[in-house]
Amino acid sequence: MNRARLVRIIGTYGVLIALAALVVFGFLRYDRFLSFYNVMTLLRYNSMFALVALGMCFVIMTGGIDLSVGSVAALGSVASALASPYGIVPGLAAGIGAGLVAGLINGILVTRANLMPFIATLATMQAASGSALLLAGNQTVSVSYESGFTAIGQGSLWTFPIPAAIAALAYLTGSLVLNYTGTGRAVLAIGGGEDASRLMGLRTDRVKSLVYLASGGLAGLAGVILASQFGAGQPIEGVGWELFAIAAVVVGGTLLTGGSGSVVTTLAGVLLLGILFNVLNFENGMGWISLSAYWQSVIRGLFLLTVVLLQARLTRRRLGAL
Amino acid sequence: MTELPRSYADRDAVARSFDLFGFLSRYGTVIALVLLVAFNLAFTRNFATMQTLNVNLTQVCTIVIVAVGMTLVIATGGIDLSVGSLMAISGALAPMIFLGKILPIGSIYLNVAAAMIMSVLVAGLLGLFNGWLVARFRIQPIVATLVLFIAGRGIAQVMTNGNLQTFRVPEFQWIGLARPLDIPAQVIIMAVIVAAAAWALKKTLFGRCILAVGGNERASELAGIAVSRIKLAVYGISGLCAGLAGLIVIAINSSSDANLVGLGMELDAIAAVAVGGTLLSGGKATIVGTLLGALTIQLVRYTLLANGVPDAAALVVKAGIIALAVWLQQQHRG
Repeated sequence: MNRARLVRIIGTYGVLIALAALVVFGFLRYDRFLSFYNVMTLLRYNSMFALVALGMCFVIMTGGIDLSVGSVAALGSVASALASPYGIVPGLAAGIGAGLVAGLINGILVTRANLMPFIATLATMQAASGSALLLAGNQTVSVSYESGFTAIGQGSLWTFPIPAAIAALAYLTGSLVLNYTGTGRAVLAIGGGEDASRLMGLRTDRVKSLVYLASGGLAGLAGVILASQFGAGQPIEGVGWELFAIAAVVVGGTLLTGGSGSVVTTLAGVLLLGILFNVLNFENGMGWISLSAYWQSVIRGLFLLTVVLLQARLTRRRLGAL
Repeated sequence: MTELPRSYADRDAVARSFDLFGFLSRYGTVIALVLLVAFNLAFTRNFATMQTLNVNLTQVCTIVIVAVGMTLVIATGGIDLSVGSLMAISGALAPMIFLGKILPIGSIYLNVAAAMIMSVLVAGLLGLFNGWLVARFRIQPIVATLVLFIAGRGIAQVMTNGNLQTFRVPEFQWIGLARPLDIPAQVIIMAVIVAAAAWALKKTLFGRCILAVGGNERASELAGIAVSRIKLAVYGISGLCAGLAGLIVIAINSSSDANLVGLGMELDAIAAVAVGGTLLSGGKATIVGTLLGALTIQLVRYTLLANGVPDAAALVVKAGIIALAVWLQQQHRG
């Protein structure tokens, strides 16, 4: 088997293999690891991160980055909490709408003002964080429990958690868009070579605006779920979500240089990082070791390190230096 | 900072028509700073006092110190997301040493000396680790430093078990509280670091190599520059700066909270560097610009707060300033 093909296979399926291995390990070692309750709780909690990581994945495939997702999710959670007394639909609309506005601004800053994505979204991050605090009046905003709004985060559809269903639907849509639409192919083309794509006649600015818009909207949706799940809009939540999402995308095998990537492996990356924490909890429960919750970030960091070192070995020639 | 015109034709063009964008982008940060000071002198009460100056300088110090290291990293075309976490590690380690939890040293002075040196060194070593990932394995700097961004704060939390460490040790806290000649100690430290880095970047071979690597890495390598060693060095320096900033923060607070020390610092530092006029793609950098950038952001915030605008709104304005400043600089280049 030649090297390039090996690289591609490991890049595509490595994270899936690792995920499967971790699940088998958990199943063999802990009694209730694959219990219905544990799996559903895991899916319910990680659906927010999954949505944010999906948007991030698309942005990164165009060669950009979106640092604003955490603050935008916080803004979305506040906006939806404020709108929650009016029902589910206004709550959803407010949260997603706030996210779309932030995404629109990101898109304008990146395409019209030609700012580097890193700086443009850094600015939006601060603005969104400030707006969330202003809207919320510097405190958490309780959601209404009468309007049914909490169903978005806490409810179930035939025992399947609604937020996880939303995330699954988003990933299905994302995967179809990426693989079967012109826009999806354009996303990858732009990440591969923006100037070449423009010269070929692709409307690069429009596609780039679209991915930032999508990333903002998905972050807003994650905020809606956050507010609904925990019963409050939280203006200071979401700190560090952006970097967690980037880590999940990288673990999923998507290169930060853009031009390649996969929606499915990004989901696997999110689940892998989520399950690591779950395994840690079970391990503590067995009583052999006692690791505080603080170990989770150390272990996630080590895991990320392992992944990037492996990637670097396998793709050295393609990656080059940034 | 002062740039030679690209050609004589360019210079003639500049002489003939006043280039507003060029002027704004070259001196934009200075102009903004002057305007802010003028505005405050006119509208903010009690602005022209030593106290105002000291408050602003002490608040901006740690950002400037971290941003100096960040400027060097960015000058090579990299970025360092781990600085906030490294601050937390050095901030967690120092009290453990000078409170005698690790090393049983009798003398408080020896304890404090060991604490300061060890914790800054550890941060520097972790910085070297970042550099090693970037230089040896050619991992993108964002990803390479993301590792310690995530793991670093966890390490600090595990070291302290997430507990707040409080202390009252004047022998250590001079670094954040002493005021020789009425100037806060950390302001003097900041000034020394800024001066040293500005000199190194402009006048030394090391500084020119940093800019060369950022300008064109391949060409630098072919020209015989030890690119890997330069990269190791800038990430190491960035780690040292972060470690020092961590000590100052805990000295001011009389306590160390691994969950909070340095939180969000990476983005504050990057914002200061960008507003100061350093190219984020590398190859062109200014330490004094970074200082001015940090001061501008700080003064914007102070001006708004002093005039009754809530902190949250100040964040929004700060975001606008960052975007505007970087946009203006691009008009000049483009």
